Amino acid sequence: MTTTMRFKAKNLSCERGGRLVFQNLSFEVAAGELLELRGANGSGKSSLLRLLAGLNAPVHGKLTLEGCDPTTPLAEQAHYIGHADANKPVLTVGENLKFWRQFLGGPKNTAALGAFNLAALADDQTVLLSAGQKRRLALTRLLIAHRPLWLLDEPTVGLDTASLLMLQNHMGAHLKNGGMIVAATHIALGIKATRQLDLGKVS
Amino acid sequence: MLQSALALINRDMAVARAQGGGLGAALGFILAVMVLVPLALGPDQMLLQRLAPGMMWLALLLSVLLTADRMFAQDFEDGSLDIMTMAKIPFELVTLTKALAHWLTVSLPLAIITPPLGLLLSIEANQLPILFVSMITGSLALSLLASIGGAVTAGMRRGGLLVSLLILPLYVPVLIFGVSATGVNIGPASAAPALIVLCALTLVSLVVAPWASAAALKAYLR
Repeated sequence: MTTTMRFKAKNLSCERGGRLVFQNLSFEVAAGELLELRGANGSGKSSLLRLLAGLNAPVHGKLTLEGCDPTTPLAEQAHYIGHADANKPVLTVGENLKFWRQFLGGPKNTAALGAFNLAALADDQTVLLSAGQKRRLALTRLLIAHRPLWLLDEPTVGLDTASLLMLQNHMGAHLKNGGMIVAATHIALGIKATRQLDLGKVS
Repeated sequence: MLQSALALINRDMAVARAQGGGLGAALGFILAVMVLVPLALGPDQMLLQRLAPGMMWLALLLSVLLTADRMFAQDFEDGSLDIMTMAKIPFELVTLTKALAHWLTVSLPLAIITPPLGLLLSIEANQLPILFVSMITGSLALSLLASIGGAVTAGMRRGGLLVSLLILPLYVPVLIFGVSATGVNIGPASAAPALIVLCALTLVSLVVAPWASAAALKAYLR
């Protein structure tokens, strides 16, 4: 049951390069909720997201995802969209998406290409895409395989108004289906955040 | 899981096809060695014949080494590795798959092309089969061991030198038994045991290299 899912972080502390970025951070995200991460540059938003994705290990603290198979690692339940797009410049848009769909075990459907209006670019080499289009390609990964938890690191960077609207729609639909989103952002995402976490200034 | 591995092999081969990979540069290197060695050593055919297997193996080994530092670098830079560590597929299988893709796109083609090029070093045509066998077997070990070096230097701008220092010691046994397996210098009697040891080395790399590479990359990503 996805509706009873709840993502909990308890007493998280994170260290980068020997410097304590934040400590004793606790929060919860329930199904259908959006947690917005705010804070100055360098306050640890990206570090926190990487930590939630299991890419970094916390110095101490605990992450749990309630309401799903406890033997499945948290990382397998999450999509992480970082600053790097994770797409190969020499492959076409379609080839990149096909690879991630197969790799992440998503169902075969051609609708994903249209999710961020990339259908017309399917046969173009990714290197030819603009920054915003590359961002859209990265964001399309959210929709090619289902994951209950979305971890988005400044998802709006480079997006025009129309694409921003598409992102809002997809995020809204994901939340409505009982999904959870943690997003680091500097500008308003356009949908109401259920919870906000301010990492504050750099100490 | 298997589907993920297959998708990754497909993608790596497509990328290698699209951007030429390291195969072109490596091939140029081997060709240069094959052409220049006879000029450097002079026209003594007996001498050339004796040195040929060693020279060919050396050329193959160094050319594979040339391509090692890029094996994981691109996936590291563009964030693909981050996503791969999160997926259901064990990360060791990811590194094994990447090493196999490297073998298929670089080392194997080189191992197939090098023996015929040996004719420039005046080897006899009847030596070709054993050269193919030893080089194709050993090339898999070369790719697997190269993946360790590629993993350790994934995040470095100029990792080439470090890769050489790290991987050369691991390449020494492959080189020794690879050349011995051709039996050209030591006689056919010792060739068979050497080939068996070469196979064993390849199998050991098959077991050890994916774990070592995965551990190195995970340490990097943190």
